[in-house]
Parts: sequence; structure tokens; C-alpha cells
Amino acid sequence: MKHENWTGFNEGVWQDEINVRDFIQLNYKEYKGDGSFLAGATKRTDELMSTVQELFKKERKKGGVLDVDTDTVSSLTSYKPGYIDKEKELIFGMQTDKPLKRGVNPFGGIRMARQACAAYGYRLSDKVEDEFRFRTTHNDGVFRAYADEMRLARKSHIITGLPDAYGRGRIIGDYRRVALYGVDRLMAQKVKDKKALAEKPYIVENIRLSEELFQQITFLGYLKEMAAMYGFDISEPAKDAKEAIQWTYFAYLAAIKEQNGAAMSLGRVSTFFDIYIERDIERGILTEEGAQELMDDFVIKLRIARHLRTPEYNELFGGDPMWITESLGGMGKDGRTLVTKNTFRMLNTLYTLGSSSEPNLTVLWSESLPEGFKRFCAKVSCDTDSIQYENDDIMRPHHGDDYAIACCVSAMEVGKQMQFFGARCNLAKLLLVAINGGFDTTSGIHIGPQMPVMEGETLCFDEVMNRVDVYLEWLCKLYVNTMNVIHYMHDKYAYEKTQMALHDTEVTRFMAFGVAGFSVLADSLSAIKYAKVYPVKDELGYITDFRTEGEFPKYGNDDDRVDLIARDMAHKVITELRKTPTYRNAIHTLSVLTITSNVMYGKHTGATPDGRKAGQAFAPGANPMHNREENGALASLNSVAKIDYEDCRDGISNTFTITPEALGKTEEDRVSNLVNILDGYFSQKAHHINVNVLNRETLIKAYENPDDYPNLTIRVSGYAVNFNKLSREQQREVISRTFHESV
Amino acid sequence: MIKGRVHSIQSLGTVDGPGVRFAVFLQGCNLRCKCCHNPDTWDIKDGTEYTAEEIVNKALRYKAYFGKEGGITLTGGEPLLQSEFAAEVFSLCRKNGINTCLDTSGSLYSQNTEKLLKVTDRVLLDIKYTNNVLYCENVGCDMERVLRFLGVLQEMSIPVTVRQVIIPTVNDTEENIEELKKITEKFSVVDKTELLPFRKICQVKYDNMGLTFPFGHLPECSPDTIDRLMALL
Repeated sequence: MKHENWTGFNEGVWQDEINVRDFIQLNYKEYKGDGSFLAGATKRTDELMSTVQELFKKERKKGGVLDVDTDTVSSLTSYKPGYIDKEKELIFGMQTDKPLKRGVNPFGGIRMARQACAAYGYRLSDKVEDEFRFRTTHNDGVFRAYADEMRLARKSHIITGLPDAYGRGRIIGDYRRVALYGVDRLMAQKVKDKKALAEKPYIVENIRLSEELFQQITFLGYLKEMAAMYGFDISEPAKDAKEAIQWTYFAYLAAIKEQNGAAMSLGRVSTFFDIYIERDIERGILTEEGAQELMDDFVIKLRIARHLRTPEYNELFGGDPMWITESLGGMGKDGRTLVTKNTFRMLNTLYTLGSSSEPNLTVLWSESLPEGFKRFCAKVSCDTDSIQYENDDIMRPHHGDDYAIACCVSAMEVGKQMQFFGARCNLAKLLLVAINGGFDTTSGIHIGPQMPVMEGETLCFDEVMNRVDVYLEWLCKLYVNTMNVIHYMHDKYAYEKTQMALHDTEVTRFMAFGVAGFSVLADSLSAIKYAKVYPVKDELGYITDFRTEGEFPKYGNDDDRVDLIARDMAHKVITELRKTPTYRNAIHTLSVLTITSNVMYGKHTGATPDGRKAGQAFAPGANPMHNREENGALASLNSVAKIDYEDCRDGISNTFTITPEALGKTEEDRVSNLVNILDGYFSQKAHHINVNVLNRETLIKAYENPDDYPNLTIRVSGYAVNFNKLSREQQREVISRTFHESV
Repeated sequence: MIKGRVHSIQSLGTVDGPGVRFAVFLQGCNLRCKCCHNPDTWDIKDGTEYTAEEIVNKALRYKAYFGKEGGITLTGGEPLLQSEFAAEVFSLCRKNGINTCLDTSGSLYSQNTEKLLKVTDRVLLDIKYTNNVLYCENVGCDMERVLRFLGVLQEMSIPVTVRQVIIPTVNDTEENIEELKKITEKFSVVDKTELLPFRKICQVKYDNMGLTFPFGHLPECSPDTIDRLMALL
């Protein structure tokens, strides 16, 4: 098949089938130089950005939410077109009719929508309430089907943060398809797929898929309508870079109008755009400055994307994140790097527009990345604390070279794989429940199989491990079944029509489980094994505290005695999870990632044998507990690197904070040292690292005088946040973390 | 195998030698500099015992991070007090392809020191002052010893980074830097000079040990001073 808008592109199978990867591979130009070619912000960009900064300021002053449209249910075509400054914008489209005005999305649950409005002083309109009176939401469905035990697990916070009242997210539509093929071609393919399905037996799977395809086709129609409201016809392929960015953005915009999923990630668009930009530059219709301006305008749009959330949600996922994750760089299967000039331009937006938490810029690191790119990334990290790194060399063998990260650390092949997001279970609490024979002392309820409370003056390691095995088996089965309920209902009542229309019809599904309290569990087991742990019982005979005597190795010091306990626990959890079948035959995966929920999980967990007090925050993700590291930064990285990615295919998050002084004496040194640290860490098959280069004093000052630091961005756990948007409690926890300092 | 006394280990050292370095702080010092920021390393009887093999096995855990420039740094304390042990550590490092860097005051010399220097890739030499009066008053050793040590390094062609802590009111003058320059220019092995700001974060260590920080009353050195003096080099 040919199209006039494809003139100049190398031909291939991508013309005859929906295959963006093939198009990229045949047409992209790798770039191995440094960032010296980059242009700065134009006057137009500066002016537009200062309007946006004003809006951010107003939003902050109003307590975090500028405005809410309580009368309209968010969808692709339900709002009039909105603009920041129509004359100045290059890329168009807004979630509602005004920038930063939030829409309501009650499909996950009407109660959540109501509470979210109320939390910011608004009232959900009667119109919306009426519309949803006789409608089943995802949340309604889940709670109809939950077993009693699932409710108890949820209530006691042993499994928590579950997407049973909000959109599950973590699905990446292949938004590029709209630019490359135009909507009509994508619709035609789906119509064809639906026809082909009719040849198969009409059993549950196929009936469901057939209905889903109907919805996908309908929403592709809405997508065209939505673009038409802004004056664009996106039926045909994009003809230049500006259109390619615009078409892709419309597709993403449609997704975030339809869905309020926790993480609404973008995918891997920069190198795709580069092909159009290069073609335009060759044709003499675009300059470097113009190319940067297009990327800047696109990124401004991403920076103003918002969802309306409840306070409970913010407690889990602090800082109002959208996880508009864009994956950058990486290597191709053929050995060429996927870094292009536009990869640099995307990172350059952190200079042209200032540092920012969104989009969530994620560098796919490989030992083989060009040196110039490595150094540029390290410099951006030192200057902005706004990017994270993930190991391309361990993900590529599983996901090929056209995968992207959803949310923080979840890899999936774009348009071909998706996941069912499953929050996390609390391993520190599991240990306490096991010791107490199924009783949770924090919530005061029996949640698991009943056994006697453990006896003996001190805890015996082997006995405790036997108990942990029993309760882990119970928890994992319950966890899988709970997730099955949630995702069955999400598909039924809040199916992602736009995003799935931008996937192949047959997709691979992952079911992404998670753990919290990872380092607390490792250190607690180490204490039981190597020191003497005396349980302290309350008047009811339950163990509520511990007295720990003697030294024990602590996770984070590159000490195998404890690090291997941690590694083995991750292996045990995934092995146990795999024993229970999943909804739609999804592949079980596991993450060690908490987002900011480590604070909330800790709050609901009693004292632990490692010396952590009741209610105290956990370390985030796979991080060692704060201030237990005795051998410095690299020892801590080595410990985390031992956790096996093969067990934790949904990612292992590590947040690393170092003072500029400890990283090196000059900027040049800091850049070189950071590159070496990243190379060293990832060569040991580590998966992820957030890098912050900053002083604790800066955070303390920002905590005390937030107005002086309106744009302070830091990486927390798989994403970046504006420090001011965290709750006071989350801010204190961030300040209390380990800062690797010079000695 | 002889055992060494180690004060502590820092897996990420970026300030003592080029690149990312595994820094081993050896226990024991022959000097009592008034500006010392590690009084807890003075006592040769303190610390934890390690064999050279144990140290190098640990260092090897970090080899992946060293890149082209990094490696191990022996600092302290005064590593020359344990020259034999240090030489064993460095020999093993050489065998394992780890770059070796020695941070020293250059105030001791023995046969073992010569063995050590033979397996040393770079020396970070503290030239604490540029005249003997200040040396005698604030270090407790003769400056001549340090210059002789530098002479040995010159003969052995070992690259040297000269370092000096800049202490306000004591040596923060342009004249001092001119003198320092005169010294370093005489030795072609010196390819780099670093000026380090005097800091007082070590005050708490002195307090904990019940000792008086001799220079505790002096102000810290500002980054501006360092920049101004560095410009003269």
C-alpha cells in the first residue's frame, strides 16, 4: 500500500500491516554525537510557558486544583475545544475546555468522583449523579463479587492500593499508529479483525473480544470527531513532523479524556518523531529551532495534563502524578542505538521549559549507548533531578526493541503487550501476621488461617520461615483471586476503548503483582537469624513488639548474608503467585515498587524485628531502609542489584540520592562519575534507578519555605514530583532518607 | 599474610583520586595536624583487622563502577604506617587490574614504602604548608621529609596530585600559593594541584572523643577563596 504522505520514507512491510516498529527500523537515523546541536527556547515558547507558569501558580494557591467541571462526564467529545493561547500554540488539544480545569470521570466509581469533588470544595452536579444512578461502575462490580476474605485483606492493608475504585491505568496505547496510518486505516483493520473473529467458535473469550472490538471501532470514530472539533482531519496519515506530533498527541489526549487510570504513559515516541523531523529538515521546511519548538509545545501540553483524585488516592500516589512516561534511547536488536537527535530534544525540554516532574522521562540505559548521550543524560540528572534510568540490556531480550515503560518500571512492547495493574501486598505485615497465627494486631482482626501465636523466648529463624511459607501461600492465592475480580470488572465496566484500539487485537497480558516492605522483611529475617529477637506480647497474648539484641547484617551493605534473604523472598513470592491461574491467562509478574505508598503502608504496620517502630514508614521500593548503610553508596547499589529481574519482571525500583559534593568536585567529574556508576550498576543486571543529586538542606529549606522553591523537582519512586505537591508527611519521609554524602 | 588495621571503607569515593574509587581508610597516624578532620583514625590500635586479600576481594565487588580512571585509594590515617600491608593490597590490585592510588602526607619512609610505591599508580601528596615554621607548629614534622618523599616520587616517575587544605588566617594567602607553585614546578611528576577548603564538620568527632579541635576556633574556608586561589595556579 502507498500513500502520498509517506513519500520519502523507506518502504517495507509496515505499509501493508500495522507495524510501527518496522517503519522505525527502516527509517530512523541514529545519532552518536553530543548535545551541542541543540537550540534553546524561542520567544514564543518562553511567552507561552510563562502563561503556563502563572496558571501553575494559581493552581498551587488554590490548594492544588485550579478548577473542576462538575457538570460534564469526561469523554473524547464532551468538552468544547480549549486553549492556553490559541495564537501562540503549535500543538492543540486540551482535556477539558480550559487549561488545568479537571474533568470528572465516574466510570471507576461514582463515590470516588463525588469525594474528589468534595475534597476541593466542589459538588458533583445532579446531572452527573443522575446519569450514573442506574449505571454499574467498575467499583460497584468489584464489590459485588469480592469474597469476605478479600474485603478483610483490603481492610487490614495487607493487600492495598488496589485499583478497585479508580482506573487501573498502566496501559500504553500505540499512539504513534494514528500519525503513521491515520484513523481510517486503523478502523479498517479492526473491522477486518472483527469479521475474522466470527469464524471462531463463539465462546466467552471471543464474544467478549467481539464486543470490545465494537467499542474500539466506535471510539476510533470519536477520536476523529474530537480532532475535528479542533479543526483537524486525522483520517489520513500525518504529512509532516508537526502533524505527526499533533496526531499522536490527539490519540494520547483521547486516552486521558476517556480514562483516569493511575498511570497513563506515553510510550516511546521521540525517535518515531525524529523520522518526520529529519524528513522535514531535509526538505528545508523545518529548522533545528523549529523542531525544538514543536517538541516544547508538545511537552507543555503533557505538563498541563491532570486528573481529579481523592485525598486517599494522593496518600498512595503523592504529588498529583500522571506518569506520562516516555521511554528514551535504548539499543536496537541489530546493534544500532535508538538514540536520535530528537531523543536529545526531548531531554532538552528540561532546559527550554525548566525542570519538571512530567513527562516522566525514562532513559533505557545500555552499556552500548553512545558516550555523548550517556554524558548528556548524566548532566541532565545533575542539573534537574528529573530523569530515571532502566536497564535496556535486561529488558530487550524479553520485550524486543520497541517496548516502553508504563508508570515507573513496567516494561511492555508497545501496542502488543498490556498489563493488569495490581498494586502491592505488604510483606512486613505478612511476617507479623504469620508470627501471630493469622491475626493482624494493627487492625485487630483475624485475616488469615488461624494458628497459635509463636512461642519461645526468642524467635527461631527456621520456625519463622516455616510460618512465613504457610502464610505466603495463603496470601498469594488470595492476591491473585482478588486481582482476577478487579480486572474482570474493569474490562466489563471501564474497558480502555481508545487505548486498546491502538493495540493489536490479540495482545499479551501481564498481571502485575507487587510487594511493599521488602527491605523491612529482609532486615527483620536477618535479625531473627543473626541476632536475638525477643518477642513482646500484649495483654491479649499477641506479639506487638520486639526487643532485638546483638548485631545483624543489614540489606544495603553488599552483604550476602542478608541480601540473599531478600533475593530469595522475591523468588518465593513470584513462585507462589504463579500457582493460582489468572484472568485472561495473564502472565504473572512482580514488582518491588511502592510509589509514595511506603509511608501509608508503614503507618498501618506494627513494630518489626529489625528495630523499625510501629507506624514508621518503609523504605520505598527495593531501597534499603534509611540510614542503615555503612559502606557507602555503591555497596547499597550492589545489594539492590542482587534482586533478580527474572523474578521481578515488573520492575525493581531504587531511588538514589547523592549530594553534588559526594559525586565529584567539578561538573565534569560529576558527569563522568555518574556515567561510571550507571554503567557499573546496570552491568550487574540491576533494573532501575532514580537519580537525585541534591543536598538535604535544600529540601529542608523547601519544606520550610515552599514559595521559594516552586519548581523543585525530585525523583521519588519511579517518578518525579514537584516537592511542594507532596503531603507534609511524605516530604518528611523524603528528607529522612539516606543522602550519600562525601566523607 | 600480614593483617592491616582499617578504620572504615567507603564504596563510593569521588574526592580522593581520579574517577570512582573504593576508598579504604587505614587506622593510625604519625602526625597530629591541627586541621585534621579524622581524629578517629589516629590511634594505631583501633580499627578492624583485614588481610590484603579480604580488602581486594571487597574492592573487586566494585570494579564494574571504576571505568577507565577509577580504582582503589588507600587513605587514612597515614597508610605509610602500614606500608607492608598497603604494598600487599596494591600488588593484589595490580594483579586484578585495579588502579591504585595512595593518599599520604609523605612524612615516613622505609624499605616497605619503596615496595609500596613500586605498585602505586598515583600519589595524592598532602603538602600541608609551604614553610617549615608552619610545618613544625601545625603538623609536628619537618617539611624536608615531605620534599624528600616528593623527590623519590620524581625519581620513580609516579604521577602526583599535590593537595593542600586552605585554612583561613593560616595559609589562605596568595603568597602561599605562589610558594606552592614554586615547589610543584620543580617536580615534573606533579600533574595536578588541588586546594581543599578547611571544614569543621569533624568538630563532633573531637567532641565525642573528648578532645579539643586545635583549629576549631578558625572559620571555614569559602568556595570563593578556593576559586580565587585556584586561579593563581
